[in-house]
Amino acid sequence: MVDATQRSIETIWRIEAARLIGGLVRLVGDVDRAEDLAQEALLAALEHWPSAGIPANPGAWLMTAAKHRALDEARRARRIEEKHAAIEREAQRAHRFDEEAVGQPGDDVLRLVLAACHPVLSREARVALTLRLVAGLTTAEIARAFLVTEQAMAQRIVRAKRTLAEAKVPFEVPAGAELHARIPPALEVVYLIFNEGYTATAGADWIRPALCQEAMRLARVLAALVPDEAEAHGLLALLELQASRIPARLGPRGEPVLLLDQDRSKWDRLLVTRGLAALERAEALARPLGPYTLQAAIAACHARARTPEETDWERIVALYDGLAALTGSPVVELNRAVAVAMAYGPAAGLALVDRLAGERALRSYHLLPAVRADLLLKLERRAEAKAELERAAALATNERERELLLLRAAGCGTAN
Amino acid sequence: MRVMAIVKATKETEQGVLPTEKELAEMGRFNEELVKAGVMLAGDGLHPSSKGKRVVYGDKPTVIDGPFAETKELIAGFWIWQVRSMDEALEWARRAPFGPGSVLELRPIFEAEDFGEAYTPEIRAQEDRIRDELQRQQQRA
Repeated sequence: MVDATQRSIETIWRIEAARLIGGLVRLVGDVDRAEDLAQEALLAALEHWPSAGIPANPGAWLMTAAKHRALDEARRARRIEEKHAAIEREAQRAHRFDEEAVGQPGDDVLRLVLAACHPVLSREARVALTLRLVAGLTTAEIARAFLVTEQAMAQRIVRAKRTLAEAKVPFEVPAGAELHARIPPALEVVYLIFNEGYTATAGADWIRPALCQEAMRLARVLAALVPDEAEAHGLLALLELQASRIPARLGPRGEPVLLLDQDRSKWDRLLVTRGLAALERAEALARPLGPYTLQAAIAACHARARTPEETDWERIVALYDGLAALTGSPVVELNRAVAVAMAYGPAAGLALVDRLAGERALRSYHLLPAVRADLLLKLERRAEAKAELERAAALATNERERELLLLRAAGCGTAN
Repeated sequence: MRVMAIVKATKETEQGVLPTEKELAEMGRFNEELVKAGVMLAGDGLHPSSKGKRVVYGDKPTVIDGPFAETKELIAGFWIWQVRSMDEALEWARRAPFGPGSVLELRPIFEAEDFGEAYTPEIRAQEDRIRDELQRQQQRA
């Protein structure tokens, strides 16, 4: 029974952490202190609930406990009377606000998301802080997901909170254009978390599904918090469409299966449906389409095709045109070249790839020779393809990908 | 993990009694909470079984028209939730605005990416190796 209650308390923490900490940040104006207060309230819950039972509204209970602590602290610190009164007033106001607005804690969660994803922080720090504060993960869990020691991750989080405090980052939720400008860094964090789960950048571990799930959850939260932001829906669409392919991405021996070779019956139909719906919302909100929405629209072309042959490659080329114009990224250009090859033939694609060969940014990017090899194979230039596959294998950082590339290189044999 | 939360039918749902305005508002708020927490993937209510049909498979399929008798075994609605654990599903169930006599059944959904063929012993071994390596690093630190 006690065990069950303790598990419930941990679960409640994960559900409530973001609004709890977000609400406390509003009260005390400091992320670190807000988190401490929330943790202390959690300890109080661990003490009381196993005997007294879990309250009907555990979130409100935790918030009240944390606020009492904040007031106690303020009293103990013998702050000047006005300061104390101000905190008390705010606490009462906030309390009323909570009671009035049960089920609408959106502002507090958004406040926390914007703080955790503040541009003053490095990308790594933003990712760690978001998973810790907004997703309610433990430092140990985040450390494991990012393959660093718990100590290193704890330091990263402490430094991030210190940076926020030193930069005197304000915690109100801005409106209008100012809010709009704060959304891309938050979306980027969610996208980074998803990608970390979707493809490990180094080492042998290919999929860490838990991170993908957390990212999708965060994307859904964001899309609900800022429903007028087209790119929030675009990102959600992109993640759900990409995740819909997870069940088909690995072969029986754990090797990656390329998109066009995947068994489409394994794609997750619920996620496809949700992804297409989110894309529709994004497209209805935005003209011109933003980078996430464009990528989602490309993923949707694949999701809609029942067989690889049904893929609308001309539309994909057009969408990549938009994405390339927006990002100027050589990686996007490379993907565009693949689409061009599919729509207009391998020679057309190869010409574009060859133009990218001198790009500094792609010099150690294994997919450049890998793509080139694909196109050379289609043109029956097997010896050149073999050399390119070997070059790609030498550049690949993922062991499984490297194995696959070497296998394909061997498959080119000495046919010519 | 995904969980299907199955709302069992009651005498009222089977009689097609529509929810009151208050009940609708409460359910709306609960659904909004699920959406804002990123938990809700899908959900809908079902018409009474009087509008349903059953197909029974024997040598050839036969069709039975509703309504069906065993009210408590019937379904009045469902959600599909994306949660981290059954504990989380239970916590959301605790918050659902149902009155006395209602029953909500929570059933985990099979998912290929969790333990399907993709999760081979080889991948599991790799994860263990990474964990071991992390532990070693930690001990050194």
